[in-house]
Amino acid sequence: MSIELLIQASYLIVAALFILGLKAMASPVTAKKGIVWAGVGMVLATLITFATPKMGNFGWMIAALVSGGALAWYLGKVVKMTDMPQMVAIYNGMGGGAAAAIAALEFAKGGDHGVITTALAILGALIGSVAFSGSCIAFAKLQGIMKKAHRLPGQNGVNVVLGLGTIGLGAAIVVGGHPEPNHLIAFFVLSLALGVILTNPIGGADMPVVISLLNAFTGLAVGLEGYVLGNPALIIAGIVVGASGTLLTQLMAKAMNRPLTNVLFTPITGEAQEGGAITGTQKEASAMDAAAMMRFAQKVIIVPGYGMAVAGAQHKVWEMSKQLIDAGVEVKFAIHPVAGRMPGHMNVLLAEAGVPYDLIFDLEEINEEFRQADVALVIGANDVVNPSARSDKSSPIYGMPILNADHAQNVIVNKRGKGAGYSGIENALFYGENTRMLYGSAQQAIAEVIANIKTMQG
Amino acid sequence: MENFIYLYIFMLAAFTGYEVISRVPVILHTPLMSGSNFVHGVVLVGAMVALGNADPNEPLQLVIGFFAVFLGAANAAGGYVVTERMLAMFKSNK
Repeated sequence: MSIELLIQASYLIVAALFILGLKAMASPVTAKKGIVWAGVGMVLATLITFATPKMGNFGWMIAALVSGGALAWYLGKVVKMTDMPQMVAIYNGMGGGAAAAIAALEFAKGGDHGVITTALAILGALIGSVAFSGSCIAFAKLQGIMKKAHRLPGQNGVNVVLGLGTIGLGAAIVVGGHPEPNHLIAFFVLSLALGVILTNPIGGADMPVVISLLNAFTGLAVGLEGYVLGNPALIIAGIVVGASGTLLTQLMAKAMNRPLTNVLFTPITGEAQEGGAITGTQKEASAMDAAAMMRFAQKVIIVPGYGMAVAGAQHKVWEMSKQLIDAGVEVKFAIHPVAGRMPGHMNVLLAEAGVPYDLIFDLEEINEEFRQADVALVIGANDVVNPSARSDKSSPIYGMPILNADHAQNVIVNKRGKGAGYSGIENALFYGENTRMLYGSAQQAIAEVIANIKTMQG
Repeated sequence: MENFIYLYIFMLAAFTGYEVISRVPVILHTPLMSGSNFVHGVVLVGAMVALGNADPNEPLQLVIGFFAVFLGAANAAGGYVVTERMLAMFKSNK
């Protein structure tokens, strides 16, 4: 058997492993097997590629492979669960950057590739560069390096001009045949700038949707560069991810009731909140009040948000829940589709703390139950329980499905201070008649509640 | 003709991608995004081939190639670890 045949057969197996792995990852029962299959595929693909005939530069190759792989492996191991979303973003950006760099390298080698190949290489370079710089911005925002969403005056106009300029230059390179180095450099700079200005104005709860979209972009870029290199493993894996990533992006956007075009072009900002003035004051509750309200309730629904995760309070919250359950209180957890920073992120965090699945409910499953709940305990969540999303048409989050915590008999909101939330929007829930504010970091506040419940036992 | 075969691969791969995750529970959205992030880490293979065929006497080509393989390897390795850690949380502890 020739080595070429062996390589092609291996890539076929790799493609099958990737598809089966992704399929398995779409179901909770088989998800863990899925990532292992895909991992086996990746190792096979990497090893067999070393056997490709007429290759050189192995010193450089191994140095890059080991340093890049080891660094990312280490960082991925030590990062906290709460910081996972930005790690996904940055690794995705690196994939996009790699695809763009492949295109750059092919152009640097020169030679005539023909119109179709050049066009796909340019398109892949554009999409890959956007994914790279856009993901870096997304990482910086989630990591808290960049605090605010910046919107240029006439942002959409700037986007269109820059986008058309980049595409125009790319088309000129394709038609021109032998591209000038200066033109190529300008093209890459413009593409990277495009990723920055597209991602920069986006903030708040829209971030996961954007990361998912950039993930699909990287997949597409990888598929296109796979065509340039004539490598079917890249084409299949890239396009499969491009398509599934697009679908996933749509599912996420739908869960937030935010059409994708709104996410990209009319981002959520706090400034639009002028019309619906909020009246009333925030009423404070002590840890003892909160403990008593919950200890002697029939039913408590807990709404965890990113604030709880940041404070690392999920273990304390579960400890408190166990106390309440032992005292005969029915406790349930209500998870908003975008609780945490990404869909499903909060489920992962609660699972880590040991909360059993059968206490955790989705928005659709539990929203009607708030009416029967004596207490809704909101911990570090804000926009996802803001009733303005239901009623106030002037609110920037109008139309987003929310958890109806305000329908409970009593609402306890644990929050660090009086400020507005992640997206900077005021929350009418905090001023409600039946709402009591339990100020303090989640970790400390819940610890005090636990201590108080203990004194009320028996 | 060969170009057309590639077009067919593109099309079938796109349908496959759409089909594979058409029914996925919300709790798996993040792990699945992370998993597909890992899968496009196969760009590493393309980067290796591109670097392997670069002219060893051209420093610019070697640097770009090194960069490509470095980024691709980070995408693959990091994507795997992160996905694996997320999925490890899904233990049934009833």
